[in-house]
Amino acid sequence: MDYSLLEIRDLCKQYSGVANYLAVYHMNLSIPRGKIIGLLGPNGCGKTTLIKMITGLLAPSNGSVLINGMAPCAATKNIISYLPERTYLQSNMKVSEMVEYFADFYEDFSSERAYEMFNSMGIDPSARLKTLSKGTKEKVQLILVMSRNAQLYILDEPIAGVDPAARDYILKTIIQNYNPNATIILSTHLISDIENVLDEVIFMKNGSLILHDTVDGVREKTGKSIDAYFREVYVC
Amino acid sequence: MAWNLQSDRPIYTQILEQIQTRIISGCYKPGEKLPSVRELAAEANVNPNTMQKAFAELERSGLISTQRTSGRTVTEDTSMIEQLKNQMAVSQIQSFIDAMQQLGYSKEEIYNLVTKTLRGGNE
Repeated sequence: MDYSLLEIRDLCKQYSGVANYLAVYHMNLSIPRGKIIGLLGPNGCGKTTLIKMITGLLAPSNGSVLINGMAPCAATKNIISYLPERTYLQSNMKVSEMVEYFADFYEDFSSERAYEMFNSMGIDPSARLKTLSKGTKEKVQLILVMSRNAQLYILDEPIAGVDPAARDYILKTIIQNYNPNATIILSTHLISDIENVLDEVIFMKNGSLILHDTVDGVREKTGKSIDAYFREVYVC
Repeated sequence: MAWNLQSDRPIYTQILEQIQTRIISGCYKPGEKLPSVRELAAEANVNPNTMQKAFAELERSGLISTQRTSGRTVTEDTSMIEQLKNQMAVSQIQSFIDAMQQLGYSKEEIYNLVTKTLRGGNE
């Protein structure tokens, strides 16, 4: 058992019908346990494609993804808690019904933790999803995903539609639930909001990995925040 | 006392300095038990690993120590705290002098101005 939590080797993805372009281009990456990692890059650089290959929603064109030494399968879905970029919840269900649904579906789901977070964010569990605002829907979904006791959390744009105060609460929740055996990978454009919480950052460009370093490492080498450095690397 | 983190310097260094300041200023008293890494990380909104790293450095320098069962406490060695306080004071004064010299003041002028200001007079 000497595998890192996530091991990506020579990973490529070419979408059919798109000749001569690889959405993910020969990527190599090794991610240990106990880290909070930011997956950063401009729109269309391959972040979501990469995430979908890790979660087993897309098949790689080349190379491999190993989670705990296993290729994506039912067993890896058991240990990955994934927040997709779009909602997939039934809009006529109540929040409390979603909690039951998740508790039924995932062995590692804690209803207690979910209700605690709904409560502190002022979300009424008896409300139907379709009656909630876009930001509140996003909060509900994030709370459900974070209430699992997973080993790898993959959050695709988790805080984009959420107000700054709730963003702070979510980040605090992530810090407080921090578990040295679990890793969180989150993709976002709101870098300055989250960079103090991250251990490491991954920069992607045109499907390739162009930087993988610690936040303090980047600050030390460049004398800039991750946000400022990002603007420099991806200047348009 | 709020955590005040700038965006262009390593977070770890800033956390370290601010805990030192809290100890020097008596916000955390000699021998007092410190909050847990997780509590402080949540309070400062930083990664727990970063807070842990700052604590490890404070332990190495002897400013805090870990009791096996009762968490971390501030050192009771008040002369050590006093020494750190002096060091920080000297470095504050040095950067003030540097800034004044950049404005074109001589050492003597700085001395006179500081004395005057301390006495509360402006003329």
